Amino acid sequence: MTLDCKHVWSQVSEYIDGSVSPEIREAIERHLANCRHCSAVYDSTRNILVLAGDERTFEIPAGFGDRLHGHLQTWLDSADSSA
Amino acid sequence: MSPVANPGGRQPPVAATADAREELAREAAIISRILSGERELFHDLIRPCERGLYLAAYAIVLNEADAEDIAQDAVIKAFKGLKNFRGEARFSTWLMSIALNEARSRWRKSSGVQMDYLDDCEESGGDYTPAVLADWRYIPSQELERKELRQALREAIAKLSPEYREVLILRDVRGLSIAETAAATGANEGLVKVRLFRARLAMQKLLAPTLGPKQRGFMGWLTRKAGGQ
Repeated sequence: MTLDCKHVWSQVSEYIDGSVSPEIREAIERHLANCRHCSAVYDSTRNILVLAGDERTFEIPAGFGDRLHGHLQTWLDSADSSA
Repeated sequence: MSPVANPGGRQPPVAATADAREELAREAAIISRILSGERELFHDLIRPCERGLYLAAYAIVLNEADAEDIAQDAVIKAFKGLKNFRGEARFSTWLMSIALNEARSRWRKSSGVQMDYLDDCEESGGDYTPAVLADWRYIPSQELERKELRQALREAIAKLSPEYREVLILRDVRGLSIAETAAATGANEGLVKVRLFRARLAMQKLLAPTLGPKQRGFMGWLTRKAGGQ
């Protein structure tokens, strides 16, 4: 099986997820080995996702957990007192 | 080049973990005790879900204070509705779906825009194309120490439409599986994959040309950002 660049782009998301068939995966890897543009598309997409997934990119506000549990406890206490 | 199932190496998909059943059974046992009156255990149940809960809300409202407010409301709603939790998915997925619904509701009210996620029929990937680069320089994660890069990533995600943002954040930021992302968002898995494809290529298109290598250079980009250009 031979894939052109557009086919590779259309599969790049599922390829990153490892959810393409073995036949497609092999065809993509053959294409990537010979196409620097698609190789750059794959590398950049994957790298950007890795960076986006780093916990430093989206940090939970300081004290979030304490306030969440405090709010819950206040609600539980008020539910107790009104019962 | 090998594909990576979880790009960020985060929480593995529930189906892929050997102890998934054990985890679900542990949750079920805690929930049973909470419903029997040990209500304080609800704190323990939600503790591992805090980050996902916050991110689910933030994915829609893009505002820290609102996301926190939504998370707090979602926790109370989850407690009230715990007897209706059927254990078909992880508790954390169910809790995130509550937060997403609450966030969508608030977003709808504040923006006046309808979010009819479940009614649309996006079956194909369409003609979404990436930024075609001659080369790409790998950006090591240490670069995230630079707040400008973190900010650029957040700004790019914020430019996505809410339905793309939520799947990208749940799947690629939080690390849920496709099935879990579908369960949390209420969309089917096919639709999640299409949205994820579009969201990922949009991110690549938004960021790769500026973060990339030889054309302009990451350091050059930082310099331009610092100079306000």
